[in-house]
Amino acid sequence: MARKLLLDKANVPGILGYEVYRREGGYASVEKALKTMTPDQVTEEVKKSGLRGRGGAGFPTGLKWSFLAKPEGVPRHLVCNADESEPGTFKDRYLMEFLPHLLVEGLIVSSYALGSKVTYIYIRGEYAWIPDILETAIAEAKANGWLGKNILGTGFDCEIYVHTGAGAYICGEETALLESLEGKRGNPRIKPPFPAVKGVWDRPTVVNNVETLAAIVPIMNIGGEEYAKIGVGKSTGTKLISACGNINKPGVYEIDMTISVEEFIYSDEYCGGIPNGKRLKACIPGGSSVPILPANLLLKTVKGEKRLMNYESLSDGGFPKGSMMGSGGFIVLDEDQCVVRNTLTLARFYRHESCGQCSPCREGTGWMEKILRNIETGKGKKSDIDLLWDIQRKIEGNTICPLGDAAAWPIAAAIRHFRDEFEWHVENPQECLVRNYGLAHYADPLEVATA
Amino acid sequence: MLNKTIMAKFSEEKLRKVDEFISRYPEGKQKSAIIPVLHLAQDEFGGWLSAETMDYVATLLKLEPIEVYEVATFYSMFNLKPVGRYVFEVCQTGPCMVRGCDDIIDYIKKKLNIGVGETTPDGLFTLKTVECLGACGYAPMMQLGKYFREHLTPEKVDSIIEECRQTAATNN
Repeated sequence: MARKLLLDKANVPGILGYEVYRREGGYASVEKALKTMTPDQVTEEVKKSGLRGRGGAGFPTGLKWSFLAKPEGVPRHLVCNADESEPGTFKDRYLMEFLPHLLVEGLIVSSYALGSKVTYIYIRGEYAWIPDILETAIAEAKANGWLGKNILGTGFDCEIYVHTGAGAYICGEETALLESLEGKRGNPRIKPPFPAVKGVWDRPTVVNNVETLAAIVPIMNIGGEEYAKIGVGKSTGTKLISACGNINKPGVYEIDMTISVEEFIYSDEYCGGIPNGKRLKACIPGGSSVPILPANLLLKTVKGEKRLMNYESLSDGGFPKGSMMGSGGFIVLDEDQCVVRNTLTLARFYRHESCGQCSPCREGTGWMEKILRNIETGKGKKSDIDLLWDIQRKIEGNTICPLGDAAAWPIAAAIRHFRDEFEWHVENPQECLVRNYGLAHYADPLEVATA
Repeated sequence: MLNKTIMAKFSEEKLRKVDEFISRYPEGKQKSAIIPVLHLAQDEFGGWLSAETMDYVATLLKLEPIEVYEVATFYSMFNLKPVGRYVFEVCQTGPCMVRGCDDIIDYIKKKLNIGVGETTPDGLFTLKTVECLGACGYAPMMQLGKYFREHLTPEKVDSIIEECRQTAATNN
């Protein structure tokens, strides 16, 4: 049984409410941080923990905090990114819905470390019932002296407000989120200046994901060094994985990052295998933006080693032969799934979510969707596959924010690994409307690379 | 009923809520309250945002109307046209597709005899398809008002429609 740091109390009856949460040891990290540590010592502890941002990019959290500018007399803000919208990802929702006090506790400690007296939780608008849960937890924390003026007599003041979005994936990108928080369209900003220098209302701002901020609690409780001992290499601590698609037990799992992908998919502790005895075809291991991998490359790296559920191992082989940990949105496809169709739904998603600011993304995502729709419906040409490749190459790296890359990568990976399936659609325009291509060779052993 | 122009004016209670929203942001940054206030307005004034409603929000927040239009047209949750009393927003992105959302969408179309983006003649139901709502593990799913309805099956859709009809009949 893997060690749980975030979800260990998730099944305690009444943990949603303050009394039970506190009885179970909640808010101890606030006492420890505010009473016995300076803000810089808290940041130091987070650095020691090796915690990496859990929203998708995996940037070291302590390092991000240390970049925060602290000019005299200018307020600073912490903003919690709860705009979880990456297809396949629903872990932050789980944390906020079932352990709201864990997030509030993490926010108080983090706000103290950063000197944020007013902290915001930017939550996607569709999670419309969750602000009530969070606001209840915030009110309870305040009534018990963990928020408000002069917290625990330390002179530190802090308020937390929930700010709802209104349906825009792009607002999960931190500068778009800040624009949205200012009451504007979610158009990402050109960096630099970085939010750490000029964020919301031109004030120094740190934006962190929900899970990242919740992880601050166990880091404070067990210490950064202890936290860093869990996991392997630069993948320290535990990670929430939201598993979905063709598996027996979809849901949110907390893993330490030493287990293998195979164990995660097939063991009863996690996904419980694939329903109806079907075989594994492919998987998108870290949210829709990361490269899809065929079964053979998913379970083993190109070197023939077992692939593990962590940052390094999932990206082993780079984009040609690997993928990414991303947000932990783990999407499993069985042998009956059509890669062209799946890629089309993702292309449509990115076309819908492009903010329209940069031409390559605004125009390119629309073209990719149209071409994919043609191929999927038996109206494609062989040259369309090369055209798709060409378009995604021209989007990647040519936009202000990473949405362009996120739209390009899934298409590149689908063509890279499943080109024969695209070609089959073109060559069999009638048949592709009535049946799927199937498993083909994707589950066969890897060819051994020779020099 | 659908197209009736509703004079946009919040109750005292809602105005206090608007003030409370504004107080969450620094002095002079009341523009930040646009999205929360637009949500409030959409809920209050018939489930959509008319130009009149948006102008009213602009007045409340001391903004130019264009600043409100810009925001209202950007975010997918704001309806710029009248919608039915119950809006079925069915997710159709990858993970939901893998779990059969297309069948659910077809079933709702047949059952209500409307297409995507259309409203039933009685003004009760609108069908919308939306992109990922963050319920991938509980697919297929839809949003109905404030809440998610998950693990959808044709039977479940039937009972949701029945539930809406009954609520509408009792609250009329």
